[in-house]
Amino acid sequence: MTDHNNIRLPEGSIEKETTTLNLGPTHPATHGVFQNILELDGERIVKAESTVGYIHRAFEKIAERRPYNQITTLTDRLNYCSSPINNMGWHLTCEKLLGVKTPKRVDYLRVIIMELARISDHLICNSIVGVDTGAYTGFLYVMQYRELIYEIYEEVCGSRLTTNMGRIGGFERDFSDAAFTKIQKFLDEYPGVLREFENLFTRNRIFVERTMGTGAISAERALNYSYTGPNLRAAGVDYDVRVHSPYSSYEDFDFIVPVGTTGDNYDRYQVRNAEMWESLKIIEQALRKVQEFKGAEAEIFHADVPDYYLPEKADVYTKMEALIYHFKIVMGETTIPAGEVYQAVEGGNGELGFYLISDGGRSPYRLHFRRPCFIYYQSYPELVDGAMLSDAIVTMSSLNLIAGEMDA
Amino acid sequence: MSLSNDTIQSKLTEKFGDVLTHWEEPYGLLTFTAPKEFNLKVLNFLYDDEELGFRFLTDLTGVHYPDRKGEELCVVYHLHNLISNVRVRMKVYTNIEQPDIYTATGLFSGANWMERETYDFYGVNFLGHPNLKRVLNVDEMDYFPMRKEFPLEDQTRIDKDDEMFGR
Repeated sequence: MTDHNNIRLPEGSIEKETTTLNLGPTHPATHGVFQNILELDGERIVKAESTVGYIHRAFEKIAERRPYNQITTLTDRLNYCSSPINNMGWHLTCEKLLGVKTPKRVDYLRVIIMELARISDHLICNSIVGVDTGAYTGFLYVMQYRELIYEIYEEVCGSRLTTNMGRIGGFERDFSDAAFTKIQKFLDEYPGVLREFENLFTRNRIFVERTMGTGAISAERALNYSYTGPNLRAAGVDYDVRVHSPYSSYEDFDFIVPVGTTGDNYDRYQVRNAEMWESLKIIEQALRKVQEFKGAEAEIFHADVPDYYLPEKADVYTKMEALIYHFKIVMGETTIPAGEVYQAVEGGNGELGFYLISDGGRSPYRLHFRRPCFIYYQSYPELVDGAMLSDAIVTMSSLNLIAGEMDA
Repeated sequence: MSLSNDTIQSKLTEKFGDVLTHWEEPYGLLTFTAPKEFNLKVLNFLYDDEELGFRFLTDLTGVHYPDRKGEELCVVYHLHNLISNVRVRMKVYTNIEQPDIYTATGLFSGANWMERETYDFYGVNFLGHPNLKRVLNVDEMDYFPMRKEFPLEDQTRIDKDDEMFGR
């Protein structure tokens, strides 16, 4: 044994019967920077410990110095698969604080964008579950339609991933004709694509066997873990912020909240798929409602709140009032009421909450993001306890964990 | 089934008397303050009571008020009754020298990381927490960055190397 003297193993590592495996933070199958220290017995997980925070950017601290209209860019970077929802959530929070009432047309336009964002979010999540079970085709195929959604964003606000869309009170400009054409194109073509996507997975033997019964959580545990969104609904609880506390005129729309029963990976997949169909229904209704507006009403794209709504650039150059308001807003000289607001929106993966304390200053006194991913992820050790390593990978992707949102 | 804010308030005052203070309803959300020794008792009562049934912890976070002597740190709980669809907000204040507050992890598993986050950023010491260590920041950090005295970068600083930061 003398020739092994130069190898120093940790105390007790030979006698130990389990293997410690470091999964992440840069493992290709973790889809983001999170680390899991797994204790493996053969291929079965006996213990898991999660570490997060690799891309923590201190948004809550930064927000304490920024004026309200500059915080929108921070919210983009939370759940970057559906950034418009975060943007709208932030605008809704400010509007609640400031007492701004948005016109119906603005609400409907927002709903269109938010539902498109939800589709793109669910699409990525479901196709990634497909990738992790060995089917790359679905992922590549649907990417084309996520691209179309991004083109719609581009028509509306000019950017694609981190959208920074809209302003307090509405949008920065009206939707162009090209935007409406593209939304219509999406509505026409996407159902066929989604049907094909479902054909590929829903009754696919390999997919079903890999996902059914793995990563399951009961409704009771899910509630105790403060689950929200599709993950909670997959466990059988029909809690949806859009229905429970409607914002942005969601009460005007007719849609179903799909629920699962077992809370496993397969149910999560099914719930997300069903929600995409519902989102399509909502977009269709919203588009019809938007087209029904006539005359001057059909051109409204922001609320009439010059104190908070950043004016159009052309007006700033030509009109006195617009210039004054522009200056006041940009320099943070607008009067903000002191108060405390909690506003939640149904984000791509759950209840995205904004808890805002204002002391009347130019920037928030305290802003806290209730980030659904962060709250889900603590249940991961419980979900994968006793599971196979390969199931743990599928569970991770089917929870729809977005590192940007988790670490804020 | 409807549960009005008045009902919640009267039930809580009936149970705890005038221990609970600062009843407010900003934007329709019932808010009150509980002393820090009572936070678990109130949470338990809200959870167990048949009619109240606040069994969903939406959010738990901290706030720092450096000007309030003796109650510098505040922990804010957002609870939700999913059946009646009512939310309440409970605040618990603690001093900064000994920021001890009982943990809610026994009641809500989801409070685990939320409390770790609050500890990480504000240094609130949750008594009885199973694994109270930093969650988003590095373990070696020896300050609590969300406290107000921790400065943000000076925006007017000029000592940054432009070539490196590409400004």
